[in-house]
Amino acid sequence: MIDLQGYGPRLLEGAMVTIELAVLSLILAVILGLLTASAKLSRNRLIHGIGTLYTTLVRGVPDLVLMMLLFYGGQIGINMLTDQLYYAFDIDIFININAFVAGVITIGLIFGAYMGETFRGAFQAVEEGQMEAARAYGMSPLLAFRRVRFPLMMRHALPGIGNNWMVLLKTTALVSIIGLTDMVRVAAEATKATHEPFLFMIPVAMIYLLIATLSEWGFAKLTKRYNTGFGESSEWNN
Amino acid sequence: MEQLNGWFTDLLSNNAIFTANTLGFYWDGLVTTVQLVFLSLLIGVILAVPLAIGRGSKRRWIKLPIYAYTYVFRGTPLLIQLYLVYYGVVFFDGIQDSIFWVVFKEAFFPALIAFTLNTAAYTTEIFHGAIKNTAKGEIEAARAYGMSRKLMMRRIILPSAFRRALPAYGNEVIFMLHASAVASVVTIMDLTGAAYYVYARFYAPFDAFIFVALIYLCLTFSIMFLFRRLEKRLLAHLRPRGA
Repeated sequence: MIDLQGYGPRLLEGAMVTIELAVLSLILAVILGLLTASAKLSRNRLIHGIGTLYTTLVRGVPDLVLMMLLFYGGQIGINMLTDQLYYAFDIDIFININAFVAGVITIGLIFGAYMGETFRGAFQAVEEGQMEAARAYGMSPLLAFRRVRFPLMMRHALPGIGNNWMVLLKTTALVSIIGLTDMVRVAAEATKATHEPFLFMIPVAMIYLLIATLSEWGFAKLTKRYNTGFGESSEWNN
Repeated sequence: MEQLNGWFTDLLSNNAIFTANTLGFYWDGLVTTVQLVFLSLLIGVILAVPLAIGRGSKRRWIKLPIYAYTYVFRGTPLLIQLYLVYYGVVFFDGIQDSIFWVVFKEAFFPALIAFTLNTAAYTTEIFHGAIKNTAKGEIEAARAYGMSRKLMMRRIILPSAFRRALPAYGNEVIFMLHASAVASVVTIMDLTGAAYYVYARFYAPFDAFIFVALIYLCLTFSIMFLFRRLEKRLLAHLRPRGA
């Protein structure tokens, strides 16, 4: 591996942190996104309202501000909560939020809102006739979701998920600001110590480009898979 | 008015954090953020128009460099680009002795350059997509009128493409507003920088950050409202006819 004045191995470790963070937050975002989409499609007005409030608030505030709020405020909030627990029930616990967990939670929360919008549109694009057919076959709701609604929905959701993933990947760079040692932070520290910004920032930029290029390729493959039966293009849909 | 004034003074006097002093910080931050975002968007659009036309060129030596530029700037985090410009600007020989150093010494201009390059890349792709999707009939009609390529671009394709690009560009404006929060990392006292200062001084994360989040929300909604109005006016011909 390239040494980069001794920062090479640390940079690589940072890259691993970035990837772990991105993948974990993507999983959280997809789960939250599915929940949000269901909430926004719900007929219950309260649940619908909560879903709308969540997506509107998150999409109206910068990622960095939300991250700072959750990271700096989250610890104080949890401390207040544990204090209350201690006074009320004499339960003594101490929870320490580390930067990694805070990062996963914030990025997951932020992109859960974006994913929610993506999934909502995709769910609506699935024809009701398909679900009726599934019901006519006597499938349970869970089975019908797994075998019919989900695969059909994914065809419409994939381009949006792909876009969100690309943005999410770049957003992970922000966790370096709240103190997580991802590759951007390593590069920033190295730059401050050696005054050689190009030596460290350009490799980091290349790693981001590499991940983006690889995932673009992966999403192209997935799109092909979920487009089976719909021909090469989406002409059929028009 | 009297009542409102009294209420406001009351609110301020019973409040340790939001004094006139810290509100001043927020105001300065708001001005900095708006300046930074507005200037970078303005220069970004000016850069993006020729780039978008070039991006659709048939000549590879024009097309490929522009594609490479947008690919790199859209594929890497803005924070990295900001660090590169902010720390890298001193490596231009003699810049510290030139008259430009007065402006480059401040973090504002490196940030402006990084933001401009970033938004220009995104805007280029938005415009390029809109130009590419111009309806065939419009181009055929222009050709039937005997318009030259230049005239067709100016009179038919660009006006039509800009209108259709409006919704996507509105998203880019909001994206830029939100992305500008990273400017606080390189010592700029923008809105987020002001919030961080207030947080650090009073150790009050909720007050400091929720207040700034509300300001950003207001800004976002104003931009959204503005673009809705614009779209209504400029895209009226694309709306389905009402019953």
